[in-house]
Amino acid sequence: MENISLSTNAKNTWCPGCGNFAILNSIKAVLGGLIEEGFPREKIVIVSGIGCHAKIADYLNVNSFYSLHGRVVPVCEAIKLANPELKVIGFAGDGDTYGEGLEHLIFAAKRNIDINIIIHNNRVYGLTTGQYTPTSPLGFKGRSTPKGTKESPINPLELMMASHASFIARGYTHGIELLKKIFKEAIMYKGFSLVDVLQVCVTFFNMYDYYNKRVYELKDYSPEDYSLAMEKIKEWDYNTDSKIPLGIFYKKGLSNDKT
Amino acid sequence: MKDLSILIAGRAGDGIDKSSLIIGEILAQLGYCIYIYRDYPSIIRGGHTFSIIRCSGNKIAAHEDMIDVLLALNQDSIDLHKSRLSGKSLVIYDSSTVKLDIGIGIPIGEIIKEANALDLMRNSCIVGAMCKSIGIEKNILEKIFRENISKELDLNLKVAFLGFDRAEEVIKIEKLDQKILPIVTGNEAIGRGLIKGGMKTYIAYPMTPVSGVLHYLARVSGEFSLNVIHPENEIAVMLMAMGFSYAGARVAVGTSGGGFCLMTEGLSFSGMAELPVVVLLGQRPGPSTGLPTYTGQTELNFALAAGQGEFTRLVVAPGDSEEAYYWSALSMKLAWKYQIPAIILCDKTLNEGTYSFDIDLAGKINGPEPLLWSKLGEYKRYQNTKNGISALAFPSDKGAVVKINSYEHDEAGITTEDKDLTVAMQDKRLRKAGYLLEELEQHETVKVYGKKDAPTALFCWGSNKGVCVEAGEKLGLRVVQPMVFSPFPLKQFKEALKGVKKIICVENNATGQLADFVKFHGINVDDKVLKYDGRPFTPEELEEQLEKRRC
Repeated sequence: MENISLSTNAKNTWCPGCGNFAILNSIKAVLGGLIEEGFPREKIVIVSGIGCHAKIADYLNVNSFYSLHGRVVPVCEAIKLANPELKVIGFAGDGDTYGEGLEHLIFAAKRNIDINIIIHNNRVYGLTTGQYTPTSPLGFKGRSTPKGTKESPINPLELMMASHASFIARGYTHGIELLKKIFKEAIMYKGFSLVDVLQVCVTFFNMYDYYNKRVYELKDYSPEDYSLAMEKIKEWDYNTDSKIPLGIFYKKGLSNDKT
Repeated sequence: MKDLSILIAGRAGDGIDKSSLIIGEILAQLGYCIYIYRDYPSIIRGGHTFSIIRCSGNKIAAHEDMIDVLLALNQDSIDLHKSRLSGKSLVIYDSSTVKLDIGIGIPIGEIIKEANALDLMRNSCIVGAMCKSIGIEKNILEKIFRENISKELDLNLKVAFLGFDRAEEVIKIEKLDQKILPIVTGNEAIGRGLIKGGMKTYIAYPMTPVSGVLHYLARVSGEFSLNVIHPENEIAVMLMAMGFSYAGARVAVGTSGGGFCLMTEGLSFSGMAELPVVVLLGQRPGPSTGLPTYTGQTELNFALAAGQGEFTRLVVAPGDSEEAYYWSALSMKLAWKYQIPAIILCDKTLNEGTYSFDIDLAGKINGPEPLLWSKLGEYKRYQNTKNGISALAFPSDKGAVVKINSYEHDEAGITTEDKDLTVAMQDKRLRKAGYLLEELEQHETVKVYGKKDAPTALFCWGSNKGVCVEAGEKLGLRVVQPMVFSPFPLKQFKEALKGVKKIICVENNATGQLADFVKFHGINVDDKVLKYDGRPFTPEELEEQLEKRRC
């Protein structure tokens, strides 16, 4: 068996304990597995935006496109349209793609182009040192909102349902096995897939304890039922202190038109 | 016979544009060169709209103020264009809607009713009447209708023939012994040029005046195996272009000033990432929304400076259909050889104007091909070479890891903040400009027309070429037209100016952007003729302006 190293010589500059490590390690495991199974390494392309998440482009030794803030999704769509044989995985932040580039995400879901978008959702701007994002909870005190935000977060998964996304999942950076399972399934899915990963920023918004108390994995659950998926997606609104389901919420049957 | 100008006018929605193309095609059949000016408001139904079809024995790229034939579908068409008529002008009008006691009145309303035709076909009727009045045979009318009308052809032909039969021959247009040239809009010429340059993908969000390129390419996408995409906004347009370019597909995008504002972050990305793209920038009067359906030359400064940071770019401004074709093809090839963004500056006059197109005049495109990876050794996307050009590989090329980066990066494409590497990579990207300039010197980048040794020179750029050449020839002036602005071929430009004592700049803007540009390069303009009401110069108007300046 070929010894597959997906690492580069770039020095990793994420903070110790950063949730991004779990995403990097999970994706390395999944891509390494794919390559071992015979998928040509040169046909893998990753795209990242701007933010802490985006450094993943420097750390993975595969074809990569280190894009602009908010501009992961249109690049992914174009690469896939230009060469449908490529497996295109976009890594984006919550500020990046739920904020600056939201319009692109909605349209990509609507078009159902066969790309996989992974959101490093730490619910804070890390690289610009701690401001609120579209998914920060109400009252979040950041450097641009010292008295707390006056707006509630969006539930990005609900928005994706409304935009006809065909595969919607949520992962968490504590518990790498589940993350790997979700990534693998999302990447193999033929159609638009979105994985929202609750990625903890240890420096500006450490939510490990909060999440650990509330997360649970979806079990005995059929992701092909739209109404049930919507119900589960609404269980947690990224604001209130409810239970937080993890797993694949929705997966449209493959019999659907994927044009 | 001298040139003939025909003005057809009516309300928006009367099919004025379509009819003007048909009239152009008919006149082209007689061996004439054609230019059509379109004037229409930003309204779908109801506003006043007109086209001027001018034909000549010579190549032309401007319309005249005075007209020989007026085709009036409503009263406004007479009232608004009276001043364009001379004693000899012929007026053909719909006597069902227009009151007039001269000219040829055709009861178009009645004809439509009798023929059980649609109101929309009034334009066909008046074109038929025009043919008879200027001595064009019915079989040419029929041929052109058959080639150009797909919906309700028989009924359109019927009303055209009824119009023809009701009219009388007043003048007999001469048939010229010249080759029959096809007529194209500037937008079509650009589209064809891009295809010639190897374009595989065109991406655009609709915007006047370049939507015609999107529509044309979408129509022919099957024939040329093109991907033609209309995404959610211009930001996506430009970033998608970067994705296609990365994957190895030659790509162009099209927009006007407002859309280009949204594209600038992607333009700068193209400069940093060294991903080639061709941008069509169709100018119109600004600032902001301005006059969306009119013309202007207000984006020279913008095109030269758009995007943060400093990077090599190609900026060209063609002046007619042949130049539009040639520079679109060449820009694509040069963008790929040098891995840079290329901007084609055009304007509403060029984009939506219709011209006779002579491919023999356009020039042969033997443009360069990009440097591809040899497939030997470790691949480095940004290998630092003597001329700054790194070999290209694409995702799915076995053995290559292709890393693109918007941050400053090392040769492999990995982010860096190292000070020495930053300088080395910045120099690498900028160095390409010198080699590009050297290559451009093998092409005609500056044209000289009129009296080529005259001491007074008109400077013009883009679509003003046509009108300046006419004025220059008539008044015995030299006309100098630079077509490349970045990198600027100063040597060729100075060559074109040998013996010049006085320079007058002619531009469709309020500040004289070309005049400022050449001043930066050490050339002082003595006078400026500027027009910024959204309408292009006519030869009469420009000549008058120049005579005032005692040229």
